Amino acid sequence: MIKIEMRHISLGYDDKEVLEDVHLQAMPGEMVGLIGPNGSGKSTIIRALSHVIHPRSGQILLDGEDISRIRKRDLARLVGVVPQMPLLPSTFTAFEIVLMGRNPHLGLFQQEGPADREIAWQAMGKTSTQALANRRINELSGGEIQCLLIARVLTQQTKAILLDEPTANLDIGRQVEILYLIKQLCTENNLTVLAALHDLNLAAQYCNRLVLINNGRIYADGTPAEVITEPNIREVYGAENCVHTHPVNGLPIVLLDSNHRSARRAGV
Amino acid sequence: MALSPPLPEQLPSSGGRQMPLYSIIGMAILLAVAAVLATTVGSVPISPLTTFSIIADKLPLVDIAPSWSSAIGTIIMEIRLPRVILAGLVGAALATAGATYQGLFRNPLADPYLIGVAQGASLGAVIGFLLPISWHVTSFGIIPLLAFSGALASTAVVYLIARVGKTLPVTTLILAGVALGALLGSIVSYLIISSGDKLHSIIFWLMGSFSLSQWSEVTIVFPYVAVGTAVILIFARMLNVMQLDEEQAQQLGINVERLKIVLLAAATLITAASVSFVGTIGFVGIIIPHAVRLVWGADHRFLLPLSVLTGAIFMILADLVARTILAPAEIPIGVITAICGAPFFLYLLRRRKKAIF
Repeated sequence: MIKIEMRHISLGYDDKEVLEDVHLQAMPGEMVGLIGPNGSGKSTIIRALSHVIHPRSGQILLDGEDISRIRKRDLARLVGVVPQMPLLPSTFTAFEIVLMGRNPHLGLFQQEGPADREIAWQAMGKTSTQALANRRINELSGGEIQCLLIARVLTQQTKAILLDEPTANLDIGRQVEILYLIKQLCTENNLTVLAALHDLNLAAQYCNRLVLINNGRIYADGTPAEVITEPNIREVYGAENCVHTHPVNGLPIVLLDSNHRSARRAGV
Repeated sequence: MALSPPLPEQLPSSGGRQMPLYSIIGMAILLAVAAVLATTVGSVPISPLTTFSIIADKLPLVDIAPSWSSAIGTIIMEIRLPRVILAGLVGAALATAGATYQGLFRNPLADPYLIGVAQGASLGAVIGFLLPISWHVTSFGIIPLLAFSGALASTAVVYLIARVGKTLPVTTLILAGVALGALLGSIVSYLIISSGDKLHSIIFWLMGSFSLSQWSEVTIVFPYVAVGTAVILIFARMLNVMQLDEEQAQQLGINVERLKIVLLAAATLITAASVSFVGTIGFVGIIIPHAVRLVWGADHRFLLPLSVLTGAIFMILADLVARTILAPAEIPIGVITAICGAPFFLYLLRRRKKAIF
């Protein structure tokens, strides 16, 4: 169980400021969705939380400890990341890629043992990727690779999981399957989950809490019903009259209509 | 109905890992055979059995009654054996360094000379040849010392230029290495054409030769190669993870910047120690790792030790050809490595259609 906290974080690349004075919290057992337009800084937040980039100011705390004081290997046992469409070496098999998730658990002179293989194999079972085990990465589809990356993060056995567009390459069946799995892990194992999601409907269905980012700032933070509202969506995405209520569970859903084009984006 | 691929009965043992393990043992035996063969063949015919007995006699706890003359013993022990061992060490070092650079840079074109080692060593050596006096600070003269200093100095300059804050971007490192290499290479070229009667010996050094090998060189090169190779082998598993991009490697718990520096230092040291004594032998460092990859796959835990063995075997045999084919004249080893190695590599490349890198 681990609590993730961002305090007064400013982030950017070279001279471009991406995020300013961001406060963010994610608690164990909570699935938090990061939503916002393209380029709003969702991926940047995930990269900062895995300490791949360093904030210009502010603090990132994991259970109160500053992330910059945690050793890389220890950090990788606390926080795992599912990157968005990463490069993978074509010469490795799917199983080898998943098994790499054990890396932070192995010492310098250690090799993966039967226990590590078993953990990786179970993770592939949970993501229905066992049939791919001996295939080479360059033979697989984007969706299959996405599932393998999720298997890898499960193999890593971290207390928090950060996901950058985990459903971007998946068909709707797989989208539901993967998000359901993540949600289940989150509640059963008390994991802290933070997912950048493009699809507002999936975000609303699966996340306990949504954080809406716009123009480098947090625009709204709350339950799906509090965040996905007509005024928020109009202001941030420029889409009119598209927020409805799910007929079964009452959560907000976003339905687009080709007649309601963005007046703001078009500059009218 | 579409057939779905059958589920494997159980978890894979990770791509048939047994096979490369046996291959390591097989290649180690082949290395011993190559070493004895290379020690046996030469201008004075000596039987393999005699060669084996002479070498075995020197081992601790083994005592064989000599059936050979002391001259034969001297040829084996003082002339041929140090040469064969030095060739093996250099071949192992260059192949290992090449595999390390290729893995670290995730670039199939990387070789041990990519970041300025060879050009720095060449400049140092050429300066050594052109010095009006010959200094004998060590038993083998000043050239290896200058070559070694040149190799380390040019790599250090490349490193300092490429370093951005606390990070070392790989692309910048390669570009800095290529640019500095070109600069040093042109200085070397100019020095060569204005070197007069020393031209032949300089060219011969640049193409590499084991003709002056002695035990003193073996005892200097060995610790560098042994320690450097051991360090690289320890990090083989992490080098596999580095085949993902650097961001993922870091998210999987690897201190990427530290790993880069440790591996670069180790690979550079073993390369510099090797080329300082025998010249900038080409081809081995880029081709042997690829040949190993073609045959045994890309897992660095097998790629690296198999590169050590294959590099050593290849260099010992190439040197054997270099000194026997036109005996008593010797061909520069760099010529042989390319002439013998390139066709074989092209054959492997043609045979295997799968992606290798």
